[in-house]
Amino acid sequence: MNLPKTDFGPAPPGLRVRNMQLGWESRILVENLSFDAAPNSWTCLLGESGVGKSTLLRTVAGLVKAFPGGVFEGSDGLPLDGRIAYMAQQDLLLPWLNATSNVALGARLRGEKPDLEKVAELLARTGISDRALAKSGEMSGGERQRVALARTMMEARPIVLMDEPFSALDAITRTQLQDLAFELLHDRTVVMVTHDPFEALRLGTAIHIVRTGDNAGHVSLFPPGHALRDPTDPALRDTYHAIMDALSQRGTADAEHREACQ
Amino acid sequence: MKLLRPALVFGGLLVIWHVAVSIFEIAPFILPGPVSVLAVAFERADILLGHAGITLAEILLGLLFGTILGASSALMMAYFRQARSWLLPVLVISQAIPVFALAPVLVLWFGYGIVPKVAMATLIIYFPVTAAFYDGLRRTETGWIDLAQTMGASKAAVLLQIRFPAALPAFASGLRVAAAVAPIGAVVGEWVGASAGLGYYMLLMNGRVQTAAMFAALFVLAIMSVCIYFAIDAALRRLISWQPDGDPSIR
Repeated sequence: MNLPKTDFGPAPPGLRVRNMQLGWESRILVENLSFDAAPNSWTCLLGESGVGKSTLLRTVAGLVKAFPGGVFEGSDGLPLDGRIAYMAQQDLLLPWLNATSNVALGARLRGEKPDLEKVAELLARTGISDRALAKSGEMSGGERQRVALARTMMEARPIVLMDEPFSALDAITRTQLQDLAFELLHDRTVVMVTHDPFEALRLGTAIHIVRTGDNAGHVSLFPPGHALRDPTDPALRDTYHAIMDALSQRGTADAEHREACQ
Repeated sequence: MKLLRPALVFGGLLVIWHVAVSIFEIAPFILPGPVSVLAVAFERADILLGHAGITLAEILLGLLFGTILGASSALMMAYFRQARSWLLPVLVISQAIPVFALAPVLVLWFGYGIVPKVAMATLIIYFPVTAAFYDGLRRTETGWIDLAQTMGASKAAVLLQIRFPAALPAFASGLRVAAAVAPIGAVVGEWVGASAGLGYYMLLMNGRVQTAAMFAALFVLAIMSVCIYFAIDAALRRLISWQPDGDPSIR
């Protein structure tokens, strides 16, 4: 693959998470969650619904206050302010702006003059140049998530947090967007929450499975080979089973019940 | 077809009116028939239009000031936590005291001219505009605000570039209500004390038992109000064309 040059020098910083608590004040689900996202790698967080993975991402992004004692910082030991881009499950495009203005949203909000050349370049790289003037109501789910990806790229932040960004898409579109995101974000540190073991197998350099209950904590897996992997590759079968074992540790009935309650 | 149906309904009502008046032999000073009302309306068109112009000015100025006042109140309440606790009582009181009861006071203070009528219309639409817009500002999709925060947006930028446009559909609902009730404010103001305007003319004709002329004034007022409503509705639709039109409960 012919990759464009990186925006972040030799390597972006990694992410260090220490002693984070997940859950609510009244009911703590996971204590002392600690893990590292290696610089310039793709880290996937898997776990039951309701365990607080999204809250973890939102905390790291500075949107929610952390429980006392929790530490999150760059692997260089510096705070994360201004170094994080955030991509959610919903595309979060503003319906009154066209694709170009949505991609340039960050600059507009900060009162800067948006670099329209870069916007056009990113729309081209995400394959939606022809939709540059379309509003979100006129685009498909896949197109909207491409715009969201371009908007994330536009922010030029070294660490990207993604909260199930592709889960609302159909299988084919999801695979296309995984490929695209992996190519575009190759020079950044990505932490992605996902429900989909195949997505984790496909993209993850490291996969952390967050668990609650008696085995609270997390299991880390490092699938063999390099992304983008083929999840049906027999070499990944063991990792797949390890993921499923780790996920179902607490008994499937409860997990299904939680899923149904969501 | 879109225009034909309301025209048919309107025409049908006129026919029922006409038939009812003829069959029950209602005295013309109680309820004149549509034919005599229309005849008077054409006969006195210049007088009616003169009064209508004044009422229209009152309504439009009231809409303008009420909208500006309501929108800025809502923005202040959304931006400053402090302003909320100060402005909310004002908002509730503005609705708790019936504007009709205030009309004589306003006339006493501002005289018989256009000012108390504009004040009445302003007061009567202040609440729906403020309440609807503030509600819209409060209910912004939290994901948008989160995203803006990670992008390093200031509170003011979030308010003006995200919450404000996101609240426009709610603001539009408030404005539509305002467009429908603003004429009430203006006419009530004219009833209490005026030297011109459709409300004044109606009272004058009532006193002279010229019921047909009174109905003609009412007719002009109704047409004017409907036109104002549809003009504002059309402008709002254009402004928020990005909003999908349709009942979300059906989707």
